Amino acid sequence: MIRLATCSLAGCFGCHMSFLDMDEKFLGFVERVEFDRSPFTDIKSIGKCDIGLVEGGLCNEENLAVLKEFRENCAILVAVGACAINGGIPAMRNHFSMDECLAEAYLDGIGIENPQIPSDPELPVLLQKVCPVHEAVRIDYFLPGCPPPAGAFEVLLEALLKGEKPELPRKLIHYD
Amino acid sequence: MKTVSLDGAVVPFAEGQTVMECALAANISIPHLCFLPGFLPHGSCRLCTVKIDGRLASACTQPAMAGQHVEIDTEELRQVRLSLLRMLFVEGNHYCPACEKSGSCRLQKAAYDEGMLDLHYRPWYPKRKMDASHPDVLIDRDRCIFCELCVKASRDVDGKNIFGISGRGIDTHLVVNSKSGLLADTDISAQDRAVEVCPVGAILVKGRGFEIPIGKRLYD
Ligand code: SF4
Ligand code: SF4
Repeated sequence: MIRLATCSLAGCFGCHMSFLDMDEKFLGFVERVEFDRSPFTDIKSIGKCDIGLVEGGLCNEENLAVLKEFRENCAILVAVGACAINGGIPAMRNHFSMDECLAEAYLDGIGIENPQIPSDPELPVLLQKVCPVHEAVRIDYFLPGCPPPAGAFEVLLEALLKGEKPELPRKLIHYD
Repeated sequence: MKTVSLDGAVVPFAEGQTVMECALAANISIPHLCFLPGFLPHGSCRLCTVKIDGRLASACTQPAMAGQHVEIDTEELRQVRLSLLRMLFVEGNHYCPACEKSGSCRLQKAAYDEGMLDLHYRPWYPKRKMDASHPDVLIDRDRCIFCELCVKASRDVDGKNIFGISGRGIDTHLVVNSKSGLLADTDISAQDRAVEVCPVGAILVKGRGFEIPIGKRLYD
């Protein structure tokens, strides 16, 4: 059994949804793959894994901690989707200062009642800039797309389960 | 007749033709972005880099000469193109899922063709000004690759001379030739060649976003 972990950092879970879009092909994998930490299993801590799929970029310190844990525990780490690869839509906040973003979201935005900037100690501290995962850890493979098509997950897993290097065909490469 | 060798194919050329022009005439593809037939080439994007008799050169500016051996489709040049494309992506802000040009963008297509899966480099996330002042045409400088096609089209085809590239290196930016520097104060029209010629989503006609469904766009 191959152990697989997945996580969503600063992403929208769209990549996870696309993974499930493999539909019946997914059944072929469940016989060979055991899920470790993943939103699919709701397991919260990661053990030693063969493959880790990371959706989303880095926008807060918790994202960074989870990513480092994934790198330490996964033999092969794959950056999945536009946000993991280039920061994606969340990185559009990089054009503004942190103060401007917080003020717009929690103080001055339209329809805000009781304006205040959340400061609960349980909330992870935001990073000054959203950044892609390859800036923090070594990444073995990349699956572009927003989200990557289900077929791309299939190609990736089929190759990795055979111990081969995944080669995405041209028609499965897109950035949107 | 004088000939050059393009990846081993013997191709004739006319006096004054560039390597790019004679490749195009022979239906041999050399990836390119800032070159467009009909406009004077200036070799800024370097994507058409080829190896001519052992030396790297941009095919769009290099005159064809009898007996040249030109390499195009080699692993070394593929790596050169990949690096160039990655640099073009990281030095701008390219959020394809939120870009109206996605699916019809020549930069994106070139990256697909080279199999670019990641950025490799650290993205710069530069802060560049948008110009939404004009009722029909929008400039999103985040996506400009400084190909100068709009500059040439506006000057040489439209006869308006609306665009220019200013600054150097990291400060290079697209400028608008009006007193305020805004597009609203020019006589640009959505039908101008300068608007149509932009290979990326930097100059866009307003009110026309995401018209063509995914799967049916130019390069889908
Ligand atoms: S201009 Fe092209 S590469 Fe840039 S965001 Fe738009 S579609 Fe993507
Ligand atoms: S706006 Fe478009 S056409 Fe003009 S220089 Fe930039 S990328 Fe080229």
